[in-house]
Amino acid sequence: MIKELALIIVSVVFVNNFVLSKFLGLCPFLGVSQKTSSALGMGVAVTFVMTIASAITWIVYNYILLPGDANIVAMVFPSIRESGLIEVLKTISYILVIATLVQLVEMMLRKMVPALYESLGIYLPLITTNCAVLGVALLNTTDSPTHLGFLQATVQGFGAGIGFTVAMLLMSGIRERLALVNIPQSLRGVPIAFICTGLMALAFFGFSGMVQ
Amino acid sequence: MAEQGKLREFTKGIFEYNPMFVLVLGICPSLAVTTSVKNGMAMGGAATFVLICSNFIISIVRSYIPREIRIPCFIVIIAAFVTMVELVMKAYLPEELNASLGIFIPLIVVNCIIMYRAESFAYKNKPLDSVLDGAGLGLGWTLSLCLISGIRELLGAGTIFGLKISESYEPASVMIMAPGAFIVLGLLLGFFNWQKLRKSEKAMKAHIQND
Repeated sequence: MIKELALIIVSVVFVNNFVLSKFLGLCPFLGVSQKTSSALGMGVAVTFVMTIASAITWIVYNYILLPGDANIVAMVFPSIRESGLIEVLKTISYILVIATLVQLVEMMLRKMVPALYESLGIYLPLITTNCAVLGVALLNTTDSPTHLGFLQATVQGFGAGIGFTVAMLLMSGIRERLALVNIPQSLRGVPIAFICTGLMALAFFGFSGMVQ
Repeated sequence: MAEQGKLREFTKGIFEYNPMFVLVLGICPSLAVTTSVKNGMAMGGAATFVLICSNFIISIVRSYIPREIRIPCFIVIIAAFVTMVELVMKAYLPEELNASLGIFIPLIVVNCIIMYRAESFAYKNKPLDSVLDGAGLGLGWTLSLCLISGIRELLGAGTIFGLKISESYEPASVMIMAPGAFIVLGLLLGFFNWQKLRKSEKAMKAHIQND
């Protein structure tokens, strides 16, 4: 069990890193990676939301959307038992869960951990439109190659967040250096960041094959 | 004059406000699906449809949406159209095209371009203008997707629209994979910046000579 979970984490952090091999969450990756401190703040916030979002969307998927006996809606509307709601409500329900969750996390942090709330500040509301969060929810519930259990899905969400944070931190380190280097004027800013990301992705290729 | 104004709403999205190369928005799907021109066009079409429809609906109901909760309202409207596109594509497009677009069709919901246009244009303008704006930006995005995917398909697989270009060319498959996508987009952005710089330098020189 522990081994399986560790494998999932290694797989999403290194082999299938969300930013570098799945192209998810590129907007915050480029937008908030100028400074190491803000990159870390964004990474922590995203990891937090991703973990909880994976857990909740797993419950929504298995007990509300999928057809079958476990479906809660089917207790009231029996016809749902055969058809399920998966086709029509998947995207909308996930994005609503994430948006509500981000709002909730924001309120809870403000009440309970004001210091952390201050340091995350503007990054929290931005997470709603981070495609990595919706991406991990969708990937957890595509059932390919296998149907993930609750714990696996949550751990995968957590690992994806860690992978995002690692990529952000590496990138912010590179960009802090790049600011001091003499680069051709037309490549300054975003273009050189993309080329660096490409080289990082090439380096992360070295991990492929580590986990099947 | 009014005609010209309408035309401008449409054409500004293609060059002046090109979502990919000028605004640098919506990068995630544009890199993931541009392994072949066919994929790029399908993705562009889907996103353009959602952009036009959501712009239209948002600009119709804009006076009923309170300012404080506008973002959740936009997301629900966009998500409804994305679900429509998803179902239509599943029904009518070939299986392998759907498989290669994968989760990036539902991810149109969080595409920054659509949110950006809803927030900064459709929420403030009339329905017709919003539709034209959506169509222009959608077309601009689709064209840039075609450009990137054309380069990547040509270098990475040696084909265009699935047709083989030359027998002697050995494809560099890294261009199809993740690193190639980042490098192609980085160099293209650099190229467009260079063009812009050169133009402004020329204008500056002409200005000095005239003086």
